[in-house]
Amino acid sequence: MIELIHLLINGIVLGSILALGAVGATMIFGVLRFAHFAHGDFMAVGAYFALTVVTVFNLPVLAALPVAMLGMAGLAVGIDQLIYRRIRRVQPVILLISSFATALILRSAIQMIWGGSNQVYEVGIQLPWRIGPIAIKPDHVLIVAAAAILVLLVHGFLTRTRMGKAMRAMSDNMDLALITGIPAERVIMWTWAIGGALAAAAGVLLGMDTRLHPTMGWTLLLPIFAATILGGIGRPYGAILGGLVIGCAMELSTLVLPGTYKPAVAFAIMILTLIVRPQGIIKGSV
Amino acid sequence: MSLIQAEGLYAGYGGVDILRGVHLHVEADEIVVIVGPNGAGKSTAMKALFGLVPIRAGTVTYLGENITNRPPERMVTRGVAYVPQEANIFPSLSVLENLELGAYAVPGDLTPRLEKVFALFPRLKERRRQQAGVMSGGERQMVAMGRALMVDPHLLMLDEPTAGLSPRLIDETIQRIQEINQLGIGVLMVEQNARQALAVADRGYVLATGENRHEDTGPALLADPEVAEMFLGG
Repeated sequence: MIELIHLLINGIVLGSILALGAVGATMIFGVLRFAHFAHGDFMAVGAYFALTVVTVFNLPVLAALPVAMLGMAGLAVGIDQLIYRRIRRVQPVILLISSFATALILRSAIQMIWGGSNQVYEVGIQLPWRIGPIAIKPDHVLIVAAAAILVLLVHGFLTRTRMGKAMRAMSDNMDLALITGIPAERVIMWTWAIGGALAAAAGVLLGMDTRLHPTMGWTLLLPIFAATILGGIGRPYGAILGGLVIGCAMELSTLVLPGTYKPAVAFAIMILTLIVRPQGIIKGSV
Repeated sequence: MSLIQAEGLYAGYGGVDILRGVHLHVEADEIVVIVGPNGAGKSTAMKALFGLVPIRAGTVTYLGENITNRPPERMVTRGVAYVPQEANIFPSLSVLENLELGAYAVPGDLTPRLEKVFALFPRLKERRRQQAGVMSGGERQMVAMGRALMVDPHLLMLDEPTAGLSPRLIDETIQRIQEINQLGIGVLMVEQNARQALAVADRGYVLATGENRHEDTGPALLADPEVAEMFLGG
């Protein structure tokens, strides 16, 4: 029983991280109609941005989080302007392959700049808080709290601001958005900025939970896509739900399967969703 | 000066001209209806005017200004609103959000514009928090027209606004269109329910195979035996 609760806690932590990545990926898909394969590496770059801030200015990780988010938002917009914008009107598969290439470039850049070995934000062991027999790591609480705050901010942005509503509108009905006079290019830039910032946040939180490594984001790309498909492609709220479900399923699977099969569990859920309910939990836009 | 005027339009998709020398014009206070058989190019004509289909030859002038091939967002800011036949709402957004986004290109105080739309369609005010995608066909059409009216247009272009509606709702929609026109908004619409539409139209055009066939006042077209036989189903 205690083990189950601990696994659930781990699942919620992983799920929060996946949710942040999945929200951005699903928004990018909704607005641009392509699966962004470099999203995992956006996470990794964000995590390393924070590492630089932490080491250079000797700040706590959570203080470096906004800086990393801002940096990654700018980088995401820059990558879009430099690479994706030019090929947006050709076949979607070319866009998809180019995002794959972008992923490789980013990962190699991380290795060149920060090195290929494991790194951590803070050295040392955190003593867990104990609630009766249950042990909770303070970092886990911080991760879930930070993710929850960011999700609330995204919710506020999507429902209260003009740009957020325009983004949902474009995701809903691209042609009508054009007819209505919604400025597609501005919406696309904002989508990249927010998608990039959320990916960076996911990366930093992942780095807090585990460690930093150039492939840290890449290995989470599959669970993130699984979360977006499970939640309904193009549906931010679905992606949050999908992230939590996939995260918990991955952690709980270790009760019966070796831990190395965690990504396989996410993959299985993705395939199952595509067979049984391809539109996702919340009916997606595809 | 005409509100909008098209001369000798050749337009279509991928090098194939669907319109071949179409001309039409709408005056500021008019309801103008385009009728014709399927494939006549009625919807293409609307899209070409609005900048959604490339015009290969011919000109479109709006309030005396040449606007040929101008992109849709520039049309909206100049006061032309277009309601496509299908997929004309944002389904996952609320009614109010649909209306707010209608005004995206022409920001400013939305309250008077919302009041205007709600006065025309009181049902939308009642259901403004409703997700637009789950509403009935008639209500969705109201949302679509309301969204277009939020730009405070001089010209409202409607592509088959009564398609798929029940006879009662068709009457109601046509009546709403007349009310919109009485607010001083020019209306250009394509309509399958040609008899009802022509009955309220100031003028009508009959298109067939991408060319103008007839044009006259609405009642005169209805009375024309040839038009009636060929295009209005006898």
